[in-house]
Amino acid sequence: MAQSFSNRTGIRRRRRKAIAVGLLFTAPWTVGFLLFKAYPIIMSFYYSLTEYNLFSSPEWVGLDNYIQLFADEKFYKSLYNTIYLVVFGLLPHLAFALAMALLLNMNVKGQSLYRTIYFLPTLVPAVAASLLWLWLLNAKYGLVNDLLSMIGIVGPNWLVDPDWTKPAIILMGFWGTGTTTVMYVAALQDVPRSLYEAAEIDGAGSWRKFWSITLPSISPVTLFLIIIGLIGTFQFFTEGLIFAEAAQSVGGPENSLLFYAIYLYQVAFSFLKMGYASAMAWMLFLVVMALTLIVYKTSARWVYYGGEK
Amino acid sequence: MAKPRSAMFTVRTVILPHAGLALAGLLFLLPFVWLVLTSLKTVDDIFRFPIVWWPETIRWSNYTDALKAIPFMRYTANTAMLCVLAVIGQVVSSPLAAYGFSRLQFKGRDTLFFIMMGSMMLPYQVTMVPVYVLFNKMNLVDSYWPIILQNLFAIPFYVFLMRQFFLSIPYELTEAAKIDGASELRIYWQVIVPLAMPAIYSVALFAFLNEWKDFLGPLLYLNDPELWTLSIGLRAFIGENKVDWGLLMAAATMFTVPIVALYFFVQKKFIQGISLTGFK
Repeated sequence: MAQSFSNRTGIRRRRRKAIAVGLLFTAPWTVGFLLFKAYPIIMSFYYSLTEYNLFSSPEWVGLDNYIQLFADEKFYKSLYNTIYLVVFGLLPHLAFALAMALLLNMNVKGQSLYRTIYFLPTLVPAVAASLLWLWLLNAKYGLVNDLLSMIGIVGPNWLVDPDWTKPAIILMGFWGTGTTTVMYVAALQDVPRSLYEAAEIDGAGSWRKFWSITLPSISPVTLFLIIIGLIGTFQFFTEGLIFAEAAQSVGGPENSLLFYAIYLYQVAFSFLKMGYASAMAWMLFLVVMALTLIVYKTSARWVYYGGEK
Repeated sequence: MAKPRSAMFTVRTVILPHAGLALAGLLFLLPFVWLVLTSLKTVDDIFRFPIVWWPETIRWSNYTDALKAIPFMRYTANTAMLCVLAVIGQVVSSPLAAYGFSRLQFKGRDTLFFIMMGSMMLPYQVTMVPVYVLFNKMNLVDSYWPIILQNLFAIPFYVFLMRQFFLSIPYELTEAAKIDGASELRIYWQVIVPLAMPAIYSVALFAFLNEWKDFLGPLLYLNDPELWTLSIGLRAFIGENKVDWGLLMAAATMFTVPIVALYFFVQKKFIQGISLTGFK
């Protein structure tokens, strides 16, 4: 009786000690989370319901900021520009990275050299890369239009023509697809060889094998890359800002480079409208969440999780 | 009969892939080539039409001029200082938190871990304004403290990376120490850390690269040109009316070369660490 009682308190004490030790070890994350994530999340929500310019204290305005958003032309413009990047940038970049990964996966000689070459641009700091591409995309003296003229194409005025500024950003984005390629190569190497062998016995061609085996097998990675890409593209900032500043404006020619995160930054730190910027941030969160959920829900139809591995 | 078929086979499996890879490789390398070539050109060569690829006179002085056009050395020192502090912060804090999330059993652990992973989905913009307001109230804007303090605490991605590594370490290695009554901190320090060095190297490299490249942090918090990092300092070039592309490309080269060199220097350890953590 007494024995089991002391055992139970002993277990309880040990459990309590385990929690204390666990919390101590995880504290390097938890404390930072409370200070720089949890508290700011609450404050951000509060600020979004106020008018606040940093100098006078926040003034309660209820849902005004959110209502204002829906009448803000620049809000729609920045949303449009960002969605443009998702549709015409993210998916082509993924397709390109997959194509490169397929080639890399064909066991040709010099594979690791090529892999290094594709990975190299991802090491270049965004500011340096943007400055380099500003020069590469120069309409008259740039390398891109020089190469295009070699195959008989008159290149556009990438950085000045509002129709071409976003394609310029997307073109530059291809250069930075090395990380995605490396992840796809890893995924391709995990596809069981036996599946291909079985398909070959059934007389499947390489095209058929790609559609019926390769693509379904790597679909979990594709889902992951799409979700990460969505979140990242909606926060797209540095390259857009540098390109726009080179055109001597915040949003670029006719606001064609006014991406969501850039407009938010401008609202907060140029106009000092902290409340409005916070409302924009929550809107961003909602849009990204909604899109992620949609992608995730549809994924049941196109993502295949292999039972064995 | 068999010969043409095997020739076709080689075309499809060897020659075509090689051609594709080589063409793409060339296109990926060209921007680097252009960067270095432009950095060695005189203004006359830069603005010559039709374009000349190879500089007629190689102008090394673009590099020395770039060092003087902006306080390049000062920016480099500032950037390097922030990088080293970020590495120290992450190498200390991320593995500790990861140990708690992997090798320790305690109530609430999985909930905490779930919150941490979920927090990675939160756009930076949501916390950007309140964190700025916080530092503004503490009078720390226009100092390195906001950047240093935020780099002190474990970053979820690195914690996740380390956690995956710790989970792969056999439990027999720590059981014996536990039976002998060694404390968790001692087990962590004497058994786990020595085994986890490859993963710790990866975290150090990631932390260094990310701080070196960071733009938004310094943009938000460093207004005083004395405090600027290379990212912010290089941006100042384009504000000018007439951009001197030779100088700018020389500066961009000097900004890029150190981390490319660092990457190749650490790559062996890096690749090893990454493949062990299940990432490639």
